[in-house]
Amino acid sequence: MASGSGTGKVTVPGAVLGVLLFVFVLVSVWMLSTERFWFVDLASEHGASVDTVYVVVLIVTGVAFVATQLLLAFIVTRYGARNGERAAYWHENARAEAILIGGTAVTLTVLVFLGQYVWYQIYFTDPPADSMVVEVTGQQFQWVFRYPGDDGVFGNVDPALVTVTDPIGVDRSGAGADDILVVGQMHAIQNQPVLVRIRSTDVIHNFHLPHMRVKQDAVPGMTIEVGFTPTDTGEYEIACAELCGLNHFAMSGMLTVDATQAEFDQWLEDQLVFQ
Amino acid sequence: MTTHDEHAHPELGFWRKYIFSTDHKIIGIQYIITAMAMAVVGGVLSMLMRLQLGWPGTLWPSLENIFPTGFAGGVMEPGFYLSLVTMHGTIMVFFLFTAVLTGGFGNFLIPLQIGARDMAFPLLNALSYWTFLLSCITILGALFATGGPPLGGWTAYAPLSAVPAMGPGQGDGMTLWIVAIALFTASGLMGGLNYVTTLLTMRTKGMSMMRLPLTQWALFITAILGTLAFPVLLAAGILLTFDRIGGTSFFVPAGLFLADGTLIDHSGGHPLLWQHLFWFFGHPEVYIVLLPAMGIASDILSTFARKPIFSYKMMVYSMSAIAFLSFIVWGHHMFLSGMNPLLGSLFTLTTLLIAIPSAVKTFNWIGTILGARIQFTVPMLFALGFVSTFISGGLSGIFLGTSASDIAMHDTYFVVGHFHLVMAVAPLFAAFAGIYFWFPKMFGRMMNMTAGKVHFWISFVGVNCVFMTMHASGVAGHLRRIYDPTQYAFLEPVYGMNQFISISAFVLGAAQILFLVNFFASIWFGPKASVNPWNATTLEWTVPSPPGHGNFGPELPVVERWAFDYSVPGAKEDFVMQTEAPARVESS
Repeated sequence: MASGSGTGKVTVPGAVLGVLLFVFVLVSVWMLSTERFWFVDLASEHGASVDTVYVVVLIVTGVAFVATQLLLAFIVTRYGARNGERAAYWHENARAEAILIGGTAVTLTVLVFLGQYVWYQIYFTDPPADSMVVEVTGQQFQWVFRYPGDDGVFGNVDPALVTVTDPIGVDRSGAGADDILVVGQMHAIQNQPVLVRIRSTDVIHNFHLPHMRVKQDAVPGMTIEVGFTPTDTGEYEIACAELCGLNHFAMSGMLTVDATQAEFDQWLEDQLVFQ
Repeated sequence: MTTHDEHAHPELGFWRKYIFSTDHKIIGIQYIITAMAMAVVGGVLSMLMRLQLGWPGTLWPSLENIFPTGFAGGVMEPGFYLSLVTMHGTIMVFFLFTAVLTGGFGNFLIPLQIGARDMAFPLLNALSYWTFLLSCITILGALFATGGPPLGGWTAYAPLSAVPAMGPGQGDGMTLWIVAIALFTASGLMGGLNYVTTLLTMRTKGMSMMRLPLTQWALFITAILGTLAFPVLLAAGILLTFDRIGGTSFFVPAGLFLADGTLIDHSGGHPLLWQHLFWFFGHPEVYIVLLPAMGIASDILSTFARKPIFSYKMMVYSMSAIAFLSFIVWGHHMFLSGMNPLLGSLFTLTTLLIAIPSAVKTFNWIGTILGARIQFTVPMLFALGFVSTFISGGLSGIFLGTSASDIAMHDTYFVVGHFHLVMAVAPLFAAFAGIYFWFPKMFGRMMNMTAGKVHFWISFVGVNCVFMTMHASGVAGHLRRIYDPTQYAFLEPVYGMNQFISISAFVLGAAQILFLVNFFASIWFGPKASVNPWNATTLEWTVPSPPGHGNFGPELPVVERWAFDYSVPGAKEDFVMQTEAPARVESS
C-alpha cells in the first residue's frame, strides 16, 4: 500500500482528544470494576453463575473497549494534518479485515455458548423436588405472596371474590381453605430451594430480587415459574423492575431468609390471624 | 436525458418558496428545524427528570408556578415524572432522531448527492413533511391532555396502554400518543417510498450504486427498513386502539381487575403480542436512526482524514447485513418477558451475530483514519465523537444481548446508558457533524467554528460523564423508570452518582443552547460560504451554496468516479471531484 507524503504531526485538538480518550478509558475501567459500584451482595446459589457470565463479558468487551478507544486516541494524536502533506492512499486490506472479522466471530461464539450454558441451567433445569412453592402476584402497587398451607395445594382464584382483606380472591371453599396470603412480605429458608410462581392481576410487573439475581416479568394471563436457592440469612429488598403505572417506584417488599425451618414455620403461623 | 426547465422557472413568493415548498432542500431544512424544536422540548423534559433523580423529594416552589399539577406542593409528582419519561423517549426517538436523520438529511441530500433535480415525488414529499408536523403537534398536545400525558414509557406496553383506567394519562394522553405515532408512521412511509424510488431511478449518468457516497447507501437501506418496519407499528397501534375503544382483546387477557376491585371486561388477548409487534418494529427503528448516522459519519471521516474510506464494499455489505439482521433480533428486548426461554437462546445468537457487521464498521472507520492527515474541523470532531461513543455503547450492548447477563442488567440504568450512547448520542453526534458540514450548502453561510468547537468539547466530555456513569449505576442495581431511587436502601451507593449525572447533564444541556444560537445566528450573520468550503468530492459541492431550485445547471452532472478520491497520488489537489474524468487526473 502506498504511504502518504511526510509523517503527519501532533496537533493541539488531536492531542487534546487523544488525552481525553485516554482519561475516559481509565475512568471507565475504574468505574466498571470498582467494588464501590459493583452488584449488590450475592445471596443465592445460581446468582454466582449470572455474575460469572457478566464478569467474562466484562473482560472480553473491556479488552475490546480499551484497545479500540486507545487506538483511536493514538490515531487522532499521531495523524494530524500538516500543510501540504498527503494521506496514504489505500483503502483495502482483505487479509486484515478477514482476521478481524474472524476474531470477532470466534470471540462472540464463545460468549454465546458460555452465556447459553448458564441460561440453560437456570431455565431448563427442573426445580428440585423439595422446592418450597410460593406464589407471588403483582398488582398496582403491591406484591401479594401466597403459601399453599398444610395441604401443599393452592386454591383457585376468582376476581369476583376479591375483598379488602383478600387482594387476589382466593376461593376458600376447596384447596384454598388453608392458603396463607401475605402482602409485601416473603419468607424463605436458607439453602432450601424456592420455586416462585409469578402472576399479575392487572398490568405487567417484574418480580425482582436484586440479591438473588432474580428478575422475571409478571405477566397478566400467564404463570411464570422461577427458582432460586437463598444462601444467606437476612432481609433482602424486593422491587418491581417493570414500569407498571403511577406508583411503580413504591412497589417494593421484603424477603426474609430464615435460618431454620422452625423460624419459618413460626412466621407462617403468625400470619394465620390475618387470613 | 429530458431537458428539465424547472431550474429556470419564475421566482416564487415567500410562502411557496419557504413554507409550502415542494423543493427537497426546503423540505429537508423544514424537517431539521422542526426536529430541533422537538429536541428542545425533549431535552427540557430530560433536565426535569435529572432534577428529580439527583435530588428526589426536594421542594422547588418556583417550578410549581410553571407546573401547578406536576409540582403540586412544590415537589415533583410521580405521575409527572413518568410522563416525562414517556414523552422524552417518544419525542427523541421519533420526532428528533428519525425525523432529523432521514427526513432532514435524507431530503436535503439524496437529490443533491445523486445528481437529481428533486425527489421522485415532490408533492408526496411535502405531504410527508406536513403529516410529520401534524404528528408533532399531536404529540405535544398529549402534554396538555386531560389526565396528563401517558406514563407507560415510549414502549407503551399493554395492558397498561390498552386499558385507560389503569393510570392517569392512559386515557386522552395515550390516545393522542397513538394518533401521533400513526401520523408519524404515515409520514415515514411517504418519505421512505420516495427515497427508495428516487435512489433507484433518478441517479445521474455514471452514478452506479457502487459509486454512491455511503450516506446515500445508508439512506437507501434505511428507507427500505422504514417501509418494512413502520407498517408493523401502525398495525399494532390500530389493534391497540381497537382494544381501547372497540371492545376487542388483542392484548388483554381475561380475569384482570383494578386496585378497587373493578373487573376489566376483556378476555382472550395476550400482553406479549404487543411486545412482539412493538419490538419487531422497535429494533429496526434503532437502525433506522443509526444507519444514516453511520453513513454521514463515514463520509465526513473520509473527507477530513483526506483519505479514502477503508473497504467501501464491506461498508455497504455490513450495512445491508445489519439491516437484514435487525429484523430477527427483536426478542433480545424480551428475554425476561415470559416468552419461551428457548427463544432467548435464539435471540442471543442473532443478536451477537449483528455485532459482527457492527464491528466491521468500527474497524473500517479506524482503518480510514489510520495513516490519515486529519483536519480537526468541527464536523470531523463530531464524527470522531460518533465513533468513540458508538464503540462504548455498542460494546455494552453485548452484556444485554447475552440473555444470562441480561438477568442482572435488564431494566437497569445499564440499559439506559447503553441505548443512549448507541442510539441517541452517536446519532446526535453524527447529526451535529452533518449540520456543521452541510450548513454552508443549506444556507450559503458558514457556522461559527469557535462556538462549534466549544460545543463539541463540552458535549463529548458531558455525554461520557452522563452515560458511562449510568452504566456503572446500573451495575450497582439502579432500576430505570423509577421516580425515587431513595425508596430502595440497596441503591444507596448510587445516590451520589445520580447527582453527578444530573450536574453533568445540565452542563451538557446548556452546551446545546450554544449550538442553537450558533445555528440560527449563522443563517443570517455567518460568513458567506464558497461552492466547496471543505474540499469534498461529492456532487453537492459542485453547485452554488445554496443551490438554486433544480439543483444543477442546464445539464445534469456526469459521474466519473467514486466519492472517496482523497490524496490520490499524482493528482493536482488532495481531492478529486466525482465529476472529474480519469484522464484529466492522470494528465495533471
